[in-house]
Amino acid sequence: MKTTFAALVAATITMAAPAMADLTVPNLSYRTGPYAANGIPYADGFNDYFTLLNERDGGIGGEKVQVPECETAYNTEKGVECYEATKGQAALAYNPLSTGITYQLIPKVTADKHVLYTPGYGRTSAANGKVFEWVFNYPANYWDGASVAIKYLLSQNGDDLKGKKIALVYHNSAYGKEPIRTLEELSKKHGFELSTIPVDHPGQEQKSQWLQIRRDKPDYVIMYGWGVMNQVAIQEAVNIKFPMENFIGIWWSGSENDVGPAGEGANGYKSISFHGVGSNFPVYADLQKYVFDAGKAAGPADELGTVLYSRGMYAAMIISEAIREAQTMAGHSAVTPEEVRDGFEHLNLTEERLTELGLPGFAQPIAATCEDHGGPGSAIMLQWDAVAKTWGPVSDWITADADVIDPLIAEDSAAFAAESGIAERCK
Amino acid sequence: MFYREAGDFKTTYREDSQTFPIKFDRLRFYAVLAVAYGVIPLFINDYWANAVFVPFLIYAIAAIGLNVLVGYAGQVSLGTGGFMAVGAYACYKLMTAFPEVSIFIHVLLAGGVTAVVGVLFGLPSLRIKGFYLAVATLAAQFFLVWLFNKVPWFYNYSASGQINAPDRTIFGVFVTGAQTSAMAKYMFCLVMLTIVAVLARNLTRGTVGRKWMAIRDMDIAAEIIGVNPLTTKMTAFMVSSFFIGIAGALFFSVYLGAAEVGEAFGIQKSFLILFMVIIGGLGSIFGSFAGAAFLVLLPVLLKNLLVGALNWPTDLAAHIELMIVGALIVIFLIAEPHGLAQLWRVAKEKLRLWPFPH
Repeated sequence: MKTTFAALVAATITMAAPAMADLTVPNLSYRTGPYAANGIPYADGFNDYFTLLNERDGGIGGEKVQVPECETAYNTEKGVECYEATKGQAALAYNPLSTGITYQLIPKVTADKHVLYTPGYGRTSAANGKVFEWVFNYPANYWDGASVAIKYLLSQNGDDLKGKKIALVYHNSAYGKEPIRTLEELSKKHGFELSTIPVDHPGQEQKSQWLQIRRDKPDYVIMYGWGVMNQVAIQEAVNIKFPMENFIGIWWSGSENDVGPAGEGANGYKSISFHGVGSNFPVYADLQKYVFDAGKAAGPADELGTVLYSRGMYAAMIISEAIREAQTMAGHSAVTPEEVRDGFEHLNLTEERLTELGLPGFAQPIAATCEDHGGPGSAIMLQWDAVAKTWGPVSDWITADADVIDPLIAEDSAAFAAESGIAERCK
Repeated sequence: MFYREAGDFKTTYREDSQTFPIKFDRLRFYAVLAVAYGVIPLFINDYWANAVFVPFLIYAIAAIGLNVLVGYAGQVSLGTGGFMAVGAYACYKLMTAFPEVSIFIHVLLAGGVTAVVGVLFGLPSLRIKGFYLAVATLAAQFFLVWLFNKVPWFYNYSASGQINAPDRTIFGVFVTGAQTSAMAKYMFCLVMLTIVAVLARNLTRGTVGRKWMAIRDMDIAAEIIGVNPLTTKMTAFMVSSFFIGIAGALFFSVYLGAAEVGEAFGIQKSFLILFMVIIGGLGSIFGSFAGAAFLVLLPVLLKNLLVGALNWPTDLAAHIELMIVGALIVIFLIAEPHGLAQLWRVAKEKLRLWPFPH
């Protein structure tokens, strides 16, 4: 009895996902836990774009794409398990949507030769392709985000932030700590006063942090939050009557789910984004027709066109374009992870290509090279209209301050290279 | 018939005081060792190592450590996550400061550092007991996590506050870092677990363990018969923290490779390991193994069953999994309040009498 049970247990544990088609892009998502509100629309957008490609075009280059999903709950241990469970299926690219899991996976993907694509999150210095061969984080990273926010504030203040007080409210994790170095440099350069206020995981309780803000009266608050922390922070800002137009969130702190609970009070809240929003892009008509109307959508219909849904779709779009590039380069359609890495490195996403994809003006063009895995580093500023319940752009594309960020990236990636004994590539 | 003291003749004192005095126990122990060292390494792959065996082995070390404190010495602790963090950060600092020293030594030293910290936070146990002590150790948990977040020296001033385990070898084989093979990870953790388990088993059978149990059962009576509460409680905290520190060091360096204190060593970790000890059985080394296996393997098993075999949506499976594990814990503790170890004890009683139950 005991042995049969043990055998059953062993059989069940080894049972992997069903047999896979040629192209596999695992979706390490989280639909449970304190980060689910943000994880669900992102994962749905990611899945739906690949469903669209399969339904409308028959996959990429004639190969269907399989997207096995694995629940990580934003937890690094489960993330490792998901990676190990899916890597045997010749996974072409990983997009775990978690900076903590990204840090875990960087050495692993380098050893196992899988692509790690972390748009707008992860380890910022992975933008340096000379050190991080298998990691890509274009179009923008955390440091770009911080610089874009400061540049926007400069433009609002006649290019002068001297004597202004800026507070950074951040998730007390690798993710939230990332921008501190950049903001410190920028505060030296522009002469503003920076204060940093950490919020511990999961961030449901922020009374003391906002009391501190109320006492210090900073001119601007920048937030690097995620999950339930965003909703709570925006609500607390409303409670202390902080002027919402002076409150700027990074792209992970600016979705409909974050501002929704604060209702009318959230009107005027700003957030950065590295892609356009709204459901006016032609691709959404296709998504409606081939995915939602066909009943193949991963989530409810009202997600279509929301910020995080679009961002998940953006990540899927980039991965599919990299696979397409890899197929062209390799000359066959069943590409391997190594070939897809080359596709990522030679990705040339132009305005014309975006228009062909039904996303005109949705994002900035990307021309990746061996050295440059970080992309253009530009973003737009959005503002929330609580009456119309829409995000609208209030700035043009703002490009990050490369004078400040490039040396920081060089320094951090050099430290990683020294720590891990990596020789620089691209010579 | 199989499991009995009778007929198992011992002719020397050495035989009489061996770790497993009963033959059946001894054979079973050797069989487990043979499978663990001889069979599993031949078949292990990355998934089995990283999702099942390595976490199980490390949690078993931590559970043995906590069981020494809670199960044997009766001192309730909610600071396990914090002590694991001490082990992890000590290991990280040692690995980066002295790269030429073997990782094996570093893991043991990390345990030593944790033992010192554990004794420090154990001092309140001389004055307070029960729930009050739990609160004091809870303070240790929050203080330590805060400390590792706040002081950049602990994470070598890295921009993100993450610690990353550099590549280290033992006899030329990688045991930390990305190039580590599944077998190397498994064997390193297994050797550590064997050392810890044999040490713990023998400590609890000897004077030290008996003193711990005397303090646990009634501290005033123990003091009257000559057990010194200061040294007893401090040794319990020291030994327990040493084991937990080793578990923390392995958890960071071998299993995760990169860690962030709030996420990897938060309060949930303290509770998880406490649950392992309670479900496994307080005051039992076997119980520590059983509890760790239950809480590590069951979620993986359910996940593979629901998502892999039945093709359920991942979110539904994750929620059902929480409910099933939760319900099992409740049902189990109602049916068997003394944990999984008690089932084993009952089974042994049955084996003693079998096939004549009266």
